[in-house]
Amino acid sequence: MSTTPSQPGGTGPTGGRDLTVLLVDDHAMFRTGVRAELGSAVQVVAEAGDVDEAVAAVETYRPAVVLLDVHLPGGGGAEVLRRVATRHPETKFLALSVSDAAEDVIGVIRAGARGYVTKNITGDELIDAIRRVAGGDAVFSPRLAGFVLDAFAGTIEVAQVDSDLDRLTEREREVMRLIARGYAYKEVAKELFISVKTVETHVSSVLRKLQLSSRHELTRWASDRRLI
Amino acid sequence: MLGGVAQGLADHLGVPVLWVRLAFVVTTLFQLAGILAYAAFWVCVPLGSAEDSPGLASASRRGLRKDGLRGEEEDEATSNRGALQTAALIVLGLGIVWFVLGTDRVSSLLFPAVLAIAGFGLIWRQADDRSLRRWVRETSGWHAVLRIAAGSVLVLIAYAVFVAQFGGGRQIAELVGALIVAVAGAGLVLGPWIIRLVTALGEERRERVRSQERADVAAHLHDSVLQTLALLQKNANDPAQVATLARRQERELRDWLYGEPSNDGTTLRKGLVADAAEIETTYRIPIEVVGVGDADPDPDVDALRAAAREAMTNAAKHSGADRIDVYVEVGGATAEVFVRDRGRGFDPTRVPEDRLGVRRSLVARMERHGGRAVVRSSPGDGTEVRLTLPLVRDRSPNGGRDSAPEGADGGSDR
Repeated sequence: MSTTPSQPGGTGPTGGRDLTVLLVDDHAMFRTGVRAELGSAVQVVAEAGDVDEAVAAVETYRPAVVLLDVHLPGGGGAEVLRRVATRHPETKFLALSVSDAAEDVIGVIRAGARGYVTKNITGDELIDAIRRVAGGDAVFSPRLAGFVLDAFAGTIEVAQVDSDLDRLTEREREVMRLIARGYAYKEVAKELFISVKTVETHVSSVLRKLQLSSRHELTRWASDRRLI
Repeated sequence: MLGGVAQGLADHLGVPVLWVRLAFVVTTLFQLAGILAYAAFWVCVPLGSAEDSPGLASASRRGLRKDGLRGEEEDEATSNRGALQTAALIVLGLGIVWFVLGTDRVSSLLFPAVLAIAGFGLIWRQADDRSLRRWVRETSGWHAVLRIAAGSVLVLIAYAVFVAQFGGGRQIAELVGALIVAVAGAGLVLGPWIIRLVTALGEERRERVRSQERADVAAHLHDSVLQTLALLQKNANDPAQVATLARRQERELRDWLYGEPSNDGTTLRKGLVADAAEIETTYRIPIEVVGVGDADPDPDVDALRAAAREAMTNAAKHSGADRIDVYVEVGGATAEVFVRDRGRGFDPTRVPEDRLGVRRSLVARMERHGGRAVVRSSPGDGTEVRLTLPLVRDRSPNGGRDSAPEGADGGSDR
C-alpha cells in the first residue's frame, strides 16, 4: 500500500478520492453521520463496530487512515492499535471520542494514534485532520494540547532529565500553548513567524515525546496508576 | 520495583520515582534503614484506589476500554512477583543471619527471632492489597491454608525455642515472656484479617453511598435528557434553538460522565467553565474552555474570573464568530486567561465609544488587582483578550501603580 506523497508547504497536501478511510465506531448512527459529513472528500472503504471487526478490516482494506473510536467493545481503540499498528505502519490512526478523560486521550495516543479529535468536530475540520494524519503529521485539538502542557508542566532541570523525551523545548511549549488557545496551525505559524511546515514538525516532535517519554505523569495516565 | 512503594510515594510527593528509589538505596547503607522503611510503607500504606468517573467506569465494565493498559500478561507477572517477593523476604532473613553471625555475636535468640520474622513475613504478606484481592477471589485455595500453616508453625517454633532459653528458676519472667510472645503471635496471625475486615466494611459503606449518589444523579439526568429530547422535537424548525439545546444537554452529560471526580469549592477553572456555560446558553455560541493548572479563589483570582467573563460576553455579543476559545493557564507565578474569537474584529485605533468603555473597565479592573489586560484585534481577523495576574501573595495592596502603559492606550500591541 503506497502512502500518498505529500507536497511541502501546503496545508492539505494529500486529498481527493484516493484517500481511503476506515470508520470504527460501535454506534452505527454515528458512522452514518460521519460518512455523510465526509461526503466525497475521501473514500470510506469500510466500517467496523468492534475491535475484531476493526482489526479484520485493517488487514483486508489497508486503509490510509482509520478513524478510531476510543471506547469500543472488545478492549477499546487502544486494543486495535496494539494488534495492528506495528504490523501496518503505513496505516495511520486518528482517535475520535466523546470522552475528555485525560487517561483515555493519553492512552490512545501512547498506543500509537497520530492525533485526537472530539466527536463534535465539524465536517471540514475532520476532513482536514484526516488529510493531515494521512500526510504523516499529527493532529492536536486544543484539549489535547492542554493535556500535553499539563503532563509536561513544571520546569525540570536539564541535568535531572533522563532524556530529551521528558521535556518540551521552549518552542514546542509555545506551539502547544497557541494550539490550546484555539489557534490553527496556519495562525500559529503567523504568530511565531515560522512556516506551517515548521509548526507541523514541532507538533510531530511533541507527539513523539508524548508516545515515548517515561515521565511519570504520562505513565500514570496511561497505565493503571498502581504499579509500574 | 517490589511493592510499588517507590512509585506510590513518588506519585504522592510529586517527585520522579528515581529519586525515591535512590533515597531508599542510600538510606539502606545506614543500618538498613531504607529496607526497613520500605517494608514499613509496604505493609502500612494502603494501595491508592483509583477512582474513575462514572462514564469511564461504565465503559470499562462493558469492555469498551481497558482499565488502564493492564493486560493478561501483566497479571501473570503479578503472580510471579508474589513468589519473587517471598523469596526476597527469605533472602533478607538469611542476610541478617549472615550479618550477625559474621560479626561473631552468635545470640541464642537469633534463630528463633529470624524464624519468627520469616513466619510473620509470610502471614503479613497477605495484608498486601494486591495479593489480598487474589486471595479473596479464591477463598478456599490451598495457597491460603499453606501459608497460614507455615506461618503458625514458624511462630510456634520460635515461641518454643524462646521459652526453652529461659528454662529454670525464673518462672514469673518465663510466664510473662510466654504471654507476651503468645499475644504478639496471635495478634500477628490475626492482624491481617482484622485489618481486612475493617477495610472491607469501610469499602462497602463507601460503595453504597456512591451508588446511591449515582442513582440520584442518573435519575436527574434521565429526566433532563428526556426533557431535552421533547424540546428538540418541538423546536425542530429552529436550528439555532436545537443546537443550543443539544449543546447544553451534551455539556451536562459530559460533565457528569467524564468530569473530575473531586470537586471541592469553586476554583478558577471550574468557575470559568460555569461562566462559559452560562454565556453559551444566553448568546447561543459554543465556548470551548481548556485549562492547565488551577487556582483557589481569592479577591484577585475572582477579579480575573470576572474580567474573563466580561471578555467572553463581549466576544459572544459583538464578534459574530461561530465559536470562542478560552484557555486558562495557572503556572507557578502567574495566572493567565486567553479569550479568542475569529469574528469580525475591529480597528483598535478607531473604537466606538461603548467598546472603549468596556475595554477600559476590563483593563482598569485587572490593574486594580495588580494584573494586566491586553486586547489584540484587527478587522476581519478576530479578537484576542489576554488577561495576566501575578500570583505573588505578599504583593503590596495598591499594586495598580505600576500599570503597564499599553493597557491605557488601546492595547493594540504585543
